[in-house]
Amino acid sequence: MDIRENMEKKYHEALSTYLKDQNEQALYQGQKISRLHIKYNISPEEIISMHKNNLMELYPELPGKVLDSFDFLLEVMMGYGIAYREHQSLRHQQQELKTEIEIAANVQHTLLETEIPDIKALEIGAISVPARQMNGDYYHFVQDENERIGVGIADVIGKGIPAALCMSMIKYAMDSLPEHRHEPKSVLESLNRVVEHNVDPSMFITMFYGLYDPHDRQFSYASAGHEPGFYYDAATGAFSDLDAKGLLLGVDKKTRYRQYEKTVNRGDMIILLSDGVTECRTNDGFIERETLIGLIKKNMHLQAQEMVNNIYKQLEKMQNFQLRDDFTLIILKSNV
Amino acid sequence: MNITVDVNELNTEFNVKLKGEIDAYTAPKLRESLFPISEQENVSITIDLTEVSYMDSTGLGVFVGAFKSVRAHNGEFTLVGLSERLRRLFDITGLADIIDIKSGTEGGLE
Repeated sequence: MDIRENMEKKYHEALSTYLKDQNEQALYQGQKISRLHIKYNISPEEIISMHKNNLMELYPELPGKVLDSFDFLLEVMMGYGIAYREHQSLRHQQQELKTEIEIAANVQHTLLETEIPDIKALEIGAISVPARQMNGDYYHFVQDENERIGVGIADVIGKGIPAALCMSMIKYAMDSLPEHRHEPKSVLESLNRVVEHNVDPSMFITMFYGLYDPHDRQFSYASAGHEPGFYYDAATGAFSDLDAKGLLLGVDKKTRYRQYEKTVNRGDMIILLSDGVTECRTNDGFIERETLIGLIKKNMHLQAQEMVNNIYKQLEKMQNFQLRDDFTLIILKSNV
Repeated sequence: MNITVDVNELNTEFNVKLKGEIDAYTAPKLRESLFPISEQENVSITIDLTEVSYMDSTGLGVFVGAFKSVRAHNGEFTLVGLSERLRRLFDITGLADIIDIKSGTEGGLE
C-alpha cells in the first residue's frame, strides 16, 4: 500500500468513527492526520477530494447538491494549495541558505584563525564572539624574529556577511606586510590604502594596532578610529583610557597616523576591545565604561584567558544573552 | 525599531530631520533617502540628529558614505543636534575632525 492509499484509509477510519459518535478521541485522530498530511505534502484540495469520496461511500443517498458544493470548495481551496507549496519551497531554500552560511562561517573561522603567541613576558587572553553567524570583528597576533609581539583588533562598520567578507581582506593585507613594516602607524597607513582602494565606499573599518617589545618593555600603538581600550597601572592601581586619535580606515587614502608609546611594568595590563563590548545594552541602558572596569577588577586575579571568558559571560548575562554586536576582548598582562 | 526621514528642500539646500533609531535594520532606509541627494552637484545638506535615540556604527557608515559623496560633488555636509554619546562616536572615529559637526543645543537626547 503506498502512502496516499494509506492516508486515505486512515482518513476514512477517523471520519467514520467521528460521524458515528462525535467524541474527543476521534477529533484528536483528525489532528494527527492533519500533521501526517503536512508531512507527506498532501494539499488542501486533495483533502477535500478525499472527504468528498468518503462521504459518497458512507452516504450514497446524499443529495447531489451537497456533493457538488465540495467541488466548489475544492476550487476555493486551490489558492491555499499554491500558497502552501510556495511556502514549502521557500522553507527548503531557506534551509539551503542556512547550511551555506554555516559552511561560510566555518571557512571564515579557519581563514581568520590566529595563534596566540606564547612568551614568558606576557600573558594573553582573547575572545571574539559574533552577534550572528559571521564575525565582523577580527583580532590578529604576530610574533617577529626579535620576539616582538604585534596585536591588531579591527571592527568592520556594518554587520553580517558583507562585513565578514571584508575582514578576510584585512587579514591577507596584514599577512603580506613585510616584517620591518610592523610599526603600528605604518601598519595602519598601509591597511588604510588597501581599504580605501578595494572596499565598497560605504564600508569602513576601525582598527587598533599595538607592538610590544619584551626587550625594553615598550608598547607602541596607533588607532584608526577604534574604540579606546584601557590601561591598568599596577603601581597605582588605576585604570585609564588607552587614548589614541586617528581616522577610520578607508575614508581618506592620505591619512597619517600618530604613534604612542608606553612602558609596561610588571603587573600592568593592556585591555583592547571592540564597540560590541561597550555597546552592550541592558535593561537600564548602555553599560558604562566604569561598569566594565568594575568587571575587569573583579576578575583580575585570574589568568588572562579566564578573565576574558568570565567578563564575556557576565556581560552576556547582563544583556539577557542577546548580543547586538560582535564582541571582542583582548587582555595582555605583563609578567616582567 | 523604526526611523523617519523628513527632508525639507529649498533650491540646493536640504534640511534632513531624523527621528528614531539608526541600526543595521533602519540604515538601508536612511541610505536610500540620503544618497540620491548626496550625488547632486553643489548641495548643502544639514542633518538634524536631535531626535535620534540610538545609533550604532552602521549609522556611522551611512553618514561617512554620504559625506564622501557630497564632498566629491563639491557640496557641504553638516551634522547638528548630536547627543553626548553620538558626539563621542564621531570623536573616537576621527570623523569629527573632517565632518562639520555642531553639537546639540536643544538639550540632551538621552
